[in-house]
Amino acid sequence: MNVSRRQMLILLPAAAVAWKSVLAGTPEDSPNYRMSDHWWGMLIDISKCIGCGNCVRACQTENEVPDGHFRTWVERYHVTDENMVSPQVISPDGGKEGFPAAAEDAGKYFFVPKLCNQCAESPCTQVCPVGATFVTPDGVVMVDQKYCLGCAYCVQACPYGCRYIHPEKHVADKCTLCYHRITKGLTTACCETCPTGARQLVDLKNPKDPIHEFLKTHSVQVLKPQMATGAKVYYNDLDGSVR
Amino acid sequence: MSGVEGFMYPNEVALQWSVLIVLYPFITGLVAGAFILASLERVFRVDAVKPTYRLALLTALAFLLDAPLPLQLHLGHPERSPEMYFTPHSTSAMAMFGYVYLWYLMAVLVLEIWLDYRRDIVLWSQESKGLLRLIYKVMTLGSSNISERSLAIDERVGWIVTIVGIPSAFLLHGYVGFIFGSIKANPWWSSPLMPVVFIFSAMVSGIAAVMLLYMGVTKLRGLKIDIRCVDTIAMYLFYIFIIDFSLEMLDLIHRIYEADESFRSLDFMVHTKLFVSQIVIQILLGTVTPLVLLFVTQVVKLPEIARKRIYVTAGGLALIGIFAMRWNVVIGGQLFSKSFLGYTTYKMALGTREGLLPAIALTILPFIFLWILVKLLPPWSEKSIHGAVAAD
Amino acid sequence: MSSFKDAGHLFRFAGLFVLAFLVFLVVRHYVVPKSFGEYGHYRGAAIGDVAAHPVKFAGHETCEGCHTDILDAKKNGKHAHVNCEACHGALANHANDPASVTPVKPDTAVLCARCHTASAAKPKGFPQVVSSDHSNGVPCETCHNPHSPAIDAGGAK
Repeated sequence: MNVSRRQMLILLPAAAVAWKSVLAGTPEDSPNYRMSDHWWGMLIDISKCIGCGNCVRACQTENEVPDGHFRTWVERYHVTDENMVSPQVISPDGGKEGFPAAAEDAGKYFFVPKLCNQCAESPCTQVCPVGATFVTPDGVVMVDQKYCLGCAYCVQACPYGCRYIHPEKHVADKCTLCYHRITKGLTTACCETCPTGARQLVDLKNPKDPIHEFLKTHSVQVLKPQMATGAKVYYNDLDGSVR
Repeated sequence: MSGVEGFMYPNEVALQWSVLIVLYPFITGLVAGAFILASLERVFRVDAVKPTYRLALLTALAFLLDAPLPLQLHLGHPERSPEMYFTPHSTSAMAMFGYVYLWYLMAVLVLEIWLDYRRDIVLWSQESKGLLRLIYKVMTLGSSNISERSLAIDERVGWIVTIVGIPSAFLLHGYVGFIFGSIKANPWWSSPLMPVVFIFSAMVSGIAAVMLLYMGVTKLRGLKIDIRCVDTIAMYLFYIFIIDFSLEMLDLIHRIYEADESFRSLDFMVHTKLFVSQIVIQILLGTVTPLVLLFVTQVVKLPEIARKRIYVTAGGLALIGIFAMRWNVVIGGQLFSKSFLGYTTYKMALGTREGLLPAIALTILPFIFLWILVKLLPPWSEKSIHGAVAAD
Repeated sequence: MSSFKDAGHLFRFAGLFVLAFLVFLVVRHYVVPKSFGEYGHYRGAAIGDVAAHPVKFAGHETCEGCHTDILDAKKNGKHAHVNCEACHGALANHANDPASVTPVKPDTAVLCARCHTASAAKPKGFPQVVSSDHSNGVPCETCHNPHSPAIDAGGAK
């Protein structure tokens, strides 16, 4: 468990240099990151989610998400009826401290982590009156918090409920796909802390990204496909009862 | 979570659009409706309603000036609202509405009022003293030409402005309907009928408001109400109300028949959370009752005093009903979860920025504006020469 | 034409409009941010604003840069794919200045229970126990090495 002093002296400088270069990358300054090379999304594997809430807590820490509001959250479904129209769903404080233990019964349970679907045909950016929310060239839907009026039209227009008005800044806020991390070669805070690999960042423009193989060999869905939002968060093993 | 039944997405629990956003379409509706009544006289030559012509225009202006205020109170950053004019997003109904509002205010309403009053304004600018004289002088734009020919030109141009103004009024309030009707994420709002319903309910509210204002102000001035005028207005109110009611029933029947995925959730909401505001206030008290009352006056020959009482009652109930309709659309649209699995509660604050008290203040304010306008630009023909110098 | 004289007031009204429009254009030129429209109908510099947000989680590759022994202990065990900060919390500040920022050891009673408390809601194949039956209050790390928790894989202490 302890790094020896000798190891520290050898490893530290190299690691520090590596870390600093990670921190330095910005899309404009850094020649390493070109927006046109990327098209971001996420893959969520329902069969792996254990509802631990690590992702919700990590997101709050990384992004200073105010209490009572959520950039990501986890829902727990309990499906007992055959026609799947009345699941019992809970999301206590967004699943931040996990979930109460469920009793064994005839129904099935599963967890559904949710976040901004980074829609390619985003209905929220369509309605913004001033251009304060937009889709970046690399596929991330963002809010310009210095330009936003706080009218909340985008919050109304999101079919997934992933937006909110920041209680102190009075502007719209939402998941940024940890843009400040992914442009530096890191993964999102939620994916980093997910213990089972249920959440994985994907870059659809990267031919080496495992998503391409995964999409060929698994049945995946997006949430509310009838809304034709071009959602880029793919769910593996998503049940028909999920809303 | 308090006030939540069933499941709501965590970010959906608190309502985003408050009573102020209910007030806003109500006020712009009054504007559009009042203008349509004025245009009945100007364009469709319905002479009977002439006594209300100028009053209707001033009413429209008073309410149009008040309309942006609930929006400004609601915005997280009202100081940034000019961005809507500098960088309007062409795909946003809200942004395009900013320009429709400006167009309607300046190129239709202000222009039409100015053209109709111009002769009086020039005369008042010559007769009054002090600050008032300056105000009138500014309003003349430095031209004191009130020759026959210039007034004939005014009449012609004013007629064209009214012709343009009618579709502009439809656009003004139709856009507000489209702001809601174009949101596919919200099945309570998303409908091509929404702009049309908004326009017709706006006309109902605007016509009822001008009718009540005319009757009230005339009574206050101790004069006799022109019953032929009020009978005509009530007739138009009745027919437009029929169309409005039919459209709303069409929406309801269509929903019940198609019963899509949202239906069960919305149906439950209407029967529980919106029971009082929709079934009782909007439909029974605010639509069916005034329709029946007005129908009676159309088919039975009643004495004048009875007709006046019915008109006041029907007009008042209609206004309450149209306000309730705005409430049910705006608030109702946020009470149910987009997961169709739950409901939340609207906790209306009292004294905060978006609370009940500011809403009441903003409802009273246009009447203060109207009072000022009536003092400055009296609509009454017998005072047009003496103007606002003498106390009214 | 004499009608122009009689329509003079209309020209003044129109003139006011034109003047207002010109003032609007001038103000707009100064007020609209320079990077607006760079990539689309938004302020291009906003992308940089978002990207400049400070990083709180260092990411496992940075941790593994120094803590190679932990990496070795983990890589063949059941927690191989559980990243460091999933348990140890956000540690970018430690990566920035390892000597001065000492991470707090997580409390296993809370931490392990979050994932491993049995629940009918969790996937069936996932290792989960009812802690009172399983350990009866004994701390998890008494028998399990968090970095390689399986007991028969030689991870026990």
